Amino acid sequence: MEAILTQFFNVEIMVKALPLVLQGLGITLLICVVVIPLGLVGGLLAALAAVSRNRAVRWSAIALVDLFRAVPPLVLLIFIYAGLPFAGLSLSPFAAVAIGFFLNNSAYFAEIFRAGLLSVHKGQAEAARSTGLTQNQTLIHVVLPQATRNVLPDLMSNVVEVIKLTSLASVVSLGEMLHAAGLVRSLTYNASPLVLAAGIYLAMLWPLVRLISRFERRIAS
Amino acid sequence: MTQAAQEAVAPPTLVVRGLRKSFGSEEVLQGIDLTVARRELVFVLGPSGSGKSTMLRCCNRLEEPDAGEITLEGDPVTGPKVDVNQLRRRMGMVFQAFNLYPHLSALSNVTLALRKVRGLPRPEAEAMGLTALDRVGLKAKAASYPAHLSGGQQQRVAIARALALEPSVMLFDEPTSALDPELVGDVLAVMQDMKAQGMTMLVVSHEMKFARDAADRVIFMDAGRIVEQGTPEQIFETPHHERTQTFLARFSGRG
Repeated sequence: MEAILTQFFNVEIMVKALPLVLQGLGITLLICVVVIPLGLVGGLLAALAAVSRNRAVRWSAIALVDLFRAVPPLVLLIFIYAGLPFAGLSLSPFAAVAIGFFLNNSAYFAEIFRAGLLSVHKGQAEAARSTGLTQNQTLIHVVLPQATRNVLPDLMSNVVEVIKLTSLASVVSLGEMLHAAGLVRSLTYNASPLVLAAGIYLAMLWPLVRLISRFERRIAS
Repeated sequence: MTQAAQEAVAPPTLVVRGLRKSFGSEEVLQGIDLTVARRELVFVLGPSGSGKSTMLRCCNRLEEPDAGEITLEGDPVTGPKVDVNQLRRRMGMVFQAFNLYPHLSALSNVTLALRKVRGLPRPEAEAMGLTALDRVGLKAKAASYPAHLSGGQQQRVAIARALALEPSVMLFDEPTSALDPELVGDVLAVMQDMKAQGMTMLVVSHEMKFARDAADRVIFMDAGRIVEQGTPEQIFETPHHERTQTFLARFSGRG
């Protein structure tokens, strides 16, 4: 018991680790602020392509989405950061993370948006078109608001997944929160900084998860 | 010219010539010719699968016709250079399933096209929207969302949504088929009121009593063709065609 407390819940070490872990948190948040909007926009565009009437557009979108959902994000990240330089493209860790997450997130967000678009009854678009709205106006004012609302809990769940997944950025030495905590651990031979980081993830994500459950209940009712 | 004289020389509101439409190998419209005069209420009758709804949906090109010509007040509806969005705002459509936008209030349902298609500023659009809701007796429900309205109220809001654009013709696609019987009356009353105010209407429906009371002309369709047409009296009392007789016999006792 004593050993667990000193190894994992050592307050003294946590206090010492705190500045570095908070610095890491800043980078985690920065990654989130960049990759979540990118993934949402990419996912929405891919979803629109995946329900397009043009067969070539539709099938290429579906193929890309399948590909990036099937490739493990860790492998993708290592490939972009360590593999692409052999093809003459050297990226900073942050750029590699942004691109890797953009591809991975977009694929997941695309599947969610696609389900949302398909959940909107065809009659909605017909009614809008019958009043003279263009295809784009119909999409923006009638279809997308309903599609998004129908899959809001899924979108938010995926945002939570993405926030947790940013810890993968540590493999390309980007100093996000887990990387910072790991660094302090290797210096102190003590795992408490990791527990500290986990605690911060929990404090950050728990309210979000609660919120999602409430949305789900409201949509179900 | 007087207004009456102008109307006399003006082209008919809706003209359909040689309309054909297939889904796969099945030809659901096999050459439809139809003229709807100004202020006329034409009632379309026929068994399900006869092509009534498809004919209606071809008029505003929710279905793309395979062949044929359609004009609205003399302006071509079909053809490659036609701005279909501009034409559609001159043709109101009411659907069997109402198709109100569930994420918008009744008033916003009505004002969306006024603002986005006609480009009216919000206050003006809302004033027109309230007038349209008033015409269907639902001004008090302007702020309500579709989920909080009865089926009959939803359909009346849908009518207001089409009416607000001041269309030249209103197309009704089985407007009361999805309603509980006790809610049908309110919707038909609104339609009758529109007819009294001089709206040109093309109505696909099974409400025979409404056809008798309000229609100028009844058309009977079967298997993608117009089989017979005439005044309500002619069609209901002395139908000539055997298929019309069989169809009406099944409906006698109803409506």
